[in-house]
Amino acid sequence: MSTKQAQIKQTQKKEVTIRFAGDSGDGIQLTGSQFTSTTALSGNDLSTFPDYPAEIRAPAGTVPGVSGFQIHFGSTAIHTPGDICDVLVVMNAAALKANLKSLKPGGVIIANSDGFGKKDLSLAKYGPEDTPLTEARESGYTVIEIDITKMTRESLKESGLAPKDIDRCKNMFVLGVVYWLYSRKMDSTIQFIKKKFSKKPEIAEANIKALNDGYTFGIATEIFNERYSVEAAPIEPGTYRNITGNDAVVMGIAAMANKSELPVFLGSYPITPASDILHGLSRLKHFGITTFQAEDEIAAITSAIGASFGGSLGITSSSGPGIALKSEAIALATMLELPLVIINVQRAGPSTGLPTKTEQADLLQAVYGRAGECPLAVISASSPADCFDVVYEACRIAIEHMIPVMMLSDGYIANGAEPWKLPKAADLKPVRVRYEKARENGQQNGPFLPYTRDENQVRPWAIPGTKGLTHRVGGIEKEHETGNISYDPDNHDFMVRIREKKRDQIARFIPEQKIDEGNSSGKLLVIGWGSTYGSIKSAVTTARQEGMDVSFTHLRYLSPFPQNLGDLLGQFEKILVPEINRGQLVRILRDKFMIPAEGFNQVRGVPFTVTEIKDKITELCSS
Amino acid sequence: MSTQKTVNGTPQNGTLKGKDFASDQDVRWCPGCGDYTILKQIQNLMPKLGIEPENIVFVAGIGCSSRFPYYMNTYGVHGIHGRAPAIATGLKISRPELSVWVVTGDGDGLSIGGNHLIHMLRRNPDLNMLLFNNEIYGLTKGQYSPTSHPGHVTKSTPMGSVDFPFNPLSLALGAGSSFIARAMDRDPKHLQVTLERSQQHKGTSYLEIYQNCIVFNDGAFSPYTDKSMRDMTSIYLEHGQPITFGKDDSHGLRLDGCRPETVDLQSGNWSKEDLWIHDEKDQNKAWLLSTLFDNNKEEGGLPRPFGVLFARERPTYEELVRDQITAAKEQLGEADLDALLSGEETWVVK
Repeated sequence: MSTKQAQIKQTQKKEVTIRFAGDSGDGIQLTGSQFTSTTALSGNDLSTFPDYPAEIRAPAGTVPGVSGFQIHFGSTAIHTPGDICDVLVVMNAAALKANLKSLKPGGVIIANSDGFGKKDLSLAKYGPEDTPLTEARESGYTVIEIDITKMTRESLKESGLAPKDIDRCKNMFVLGVVYWLYSRKMDSTIQFIKKKFSKKPEIAEANIKALNDGYTFGIATEIFNERYSVEAAPIEPGTYRNITGNDAVVMGIAAMANKSELPVFLGSYPITPASDILHGLSRLKHFGITTFQAEDEIAAITSAIGASFGGSLGITSSSGPGIALKSEAIALATMLELPLVIINVQRAGPSTGLPTKTEQADLLQAVYGRAGECPLAVISASSPADCFDVVYEACRIAIEHMIPVMMLSDGYIANGAEPWKLPKAADLKPVRVRYEKARENGQQNGPFLPYTRDENQVRPWAIPGTKGLTHRVGGIEKEHETGNISYDPDNHDFMVRIREKKRDQIARFIPEQKIDEGNSSGKLLVIGWGSTYGSIKSAVTTARQEGMDVSFTHLRYLSPFPQNLGDLLGQFEKILVPEINRGQLVRILRDKFMIPAEGFNQVRGVPFTVTEIKDKITELCSS
Repeated sequence: MSTQKTVNGTPQNGTLKGKDFASDQDVRWCPGCGDYTILKQIQNLMPKLGIEPENIVFVAGIGCSSRFPYYMNTYGVHGIHGRAPAIATGLKISRPELSVWVVTGDGDGLSIGGNHLIHMLRRNPDLNMLLFNNEIYGLTKGQYSPTSHPGHVTKSTPMGSVDFPFNPLSLALGAGSSFIARAMDRDPKHLQVTLERSQQHKGTSYLEIYQNCIVFNDGAFSPYTDKSMRDMTSIYLEHGQPITFGKDDSHGLRLDGCRPETVDLQSGNWSKEDLWIHDEKDQNKAWLLSTLFDNNKEEGGLPRPFGVLFARERPTYEELVRDQITAAKEQLGEADLDALLSGEETWVVK
């Protein structure tokens, strides 16, 4: 063992991007998440992104059936899952075909040679004479072929397992190889396997053996002449876990239920990529969270409105097409002036669009997309872990300002994961909940006025069961203070304005906008919102290192904007707004601040690469 | 919180009268509208229930009938078109102790809100649903509804409707309803009795109320409400009793196999012992009763039943939801937020 290792060069890397790809039945997501856990435990900063096929079970071996998982990790700060991979692990020909474009020139391909037979090539729609691995080698890639199927069968031939079960351990064999290649410890994965298969010890044993044999294969063979290590990153001290955006939303809501002591009611209808929020919350009944899988999107939100009327925090979760169906009910909640949180995990549209792909094209829908003058608060998350803080903040605003709040996430951060420094429950900001108090002598001293307002234009939350407060609310325009039906023109004008004022006054209770990177004045300001944070941050950091006069700010609050935003924008000659849409925030900024902001837009269903944004910055800084 | 405030078991709102349940708002239905009678009967019923006004919520959608909550001095939500069942379901799940009423019409409940209606019925939350059926769209000024008859000439069907109408009670039964009943605005006494039965039922009670729209569909139910005809066209069902109708129970209903037929009790050929005994717990017979609707012209004018056709309690939705919450708390213990946030795997950076 030691003699072999002595011949292998050990190279230190600052950052690495690996993509695992295979058939959807190959256990790629599990392989990726295990590599992620181990990487996190090694102290690297990291960011990951799974790339699921759209179909549940596309035909095995075909390109549409390919499942991928990308991880970017390093000894420096990591903000994105990586533009382009250094290493591509492919279990079959289709996986190579689908992913070769994401491998950097000269990058490493680790291929399961058994997945490149005649049938595999044909399923992947290669020609019968094609030799994709040879061609890749000739194009300058380093191709390492391992017959993973054969090696795994060999490794487990005495396990007594059925051939089908043995083949299912292939992913652990290849994970073992990659662990060796990156000098990783395997304890965490071994613990994971033991726990996962605690009721099937023979399966656990086989997986562990395949993992160990994969690692040993790395040591014992001479197919690798280089081995890598990535040092721990300088990370803020604390306790961390890895978290996806959807899980962070679930945690944030549970935290709010706990801190506000309000019962939470989630009305939801399954939709990609938001369903995991429903799944997660349905397991947290002991936190005082009730989940209701409604018959449709409209019932999902209206049931939440009913619960809010009853004194719960009503929440609904969906994606763009579902949000469109909820529009009329969002307007009802705006009229009723009840707390309601609407979570929109955006996906590529319009219509069914690309359900598993990401986009930021619902901003205008969120801010303006309803009948009538219908102002609500809009707030967006910039990364998977940020979803926790943002959903917590959305709930706070909804409760304290008696208004619907739309939280924007998207498919990229919903499924992507990153390390999250755990907050302590005790440190979370408490939320003020005030139900209107009962009047013991009923309404003898005049009727209760449900639409009187405090200094922030917020009306009282008067819930059924409270003596002396019986009242009626509805979607018809209401008379100021009494809440009775009113068709008076002046009253309507007044009420439309006051609902808008209420929304605008939220700006007094949110932080001022800060520069994230760079100076507070200069040539170019890049302003983003939502999931583009990581790409923009990395691009601006690089551009500044190259001496460009560029700064970066990222918006969390989209409606209302922070009070100082106009002043902040005014300090720069040029404003660049990168968005995964056809230009939505840029329109709002131009409209509101009359500035010549320039958009940078793509709608390809995938995030920006750092390079794309960096090139645009370079162009603007040099003109 | 209990819906019934009691001191030594005595309801404390005993001093309330029907008018105490009327809000201070002017009622704005057309003069002569059947809705007035229904409103009055519900306001008169309320004091009998022993439920404080603050523990009662009326939820409605859109339409003439859906203005109902504004006229009740209780809590109320006037929602959006067709969605009252969903709003009420959310409210009832989160506040099971409240007495929640859903007021809807044939357009609101059966057309735009048809989906919510059937799903509410299968889930069976303990709600009282009142379906004001006038076989026409009133608030939008006279278009045909999903219960309008084929051939009905309306503003949107100048050559007559070609739509096949819903049978609202068969629809409800098919959706798994645990309680179906029918009443009419023109018989307030029977209406109040049936309302009371609906309120007592634990689960979603579905009460269809024939309601005359004096402006757009006047006389739609006159065969069942006119004194000259109603004896022979209307059956008043009573649980455990033979099904009879006609002046002085002159006629009855018997089952020939699965086929209902009317018999003349004065002919000497039949007696009450031959008749169909109404059993409101029998779902198959309830189905047959609900079909005394589609065929009354073709098959010699079978009369139409009023009262409770079917009532069989099963667990309510909110009970089942609450049971799971209780079980989860027992299994998982007190919520520990820090433990939840930590998840299964953490690491420490020093």
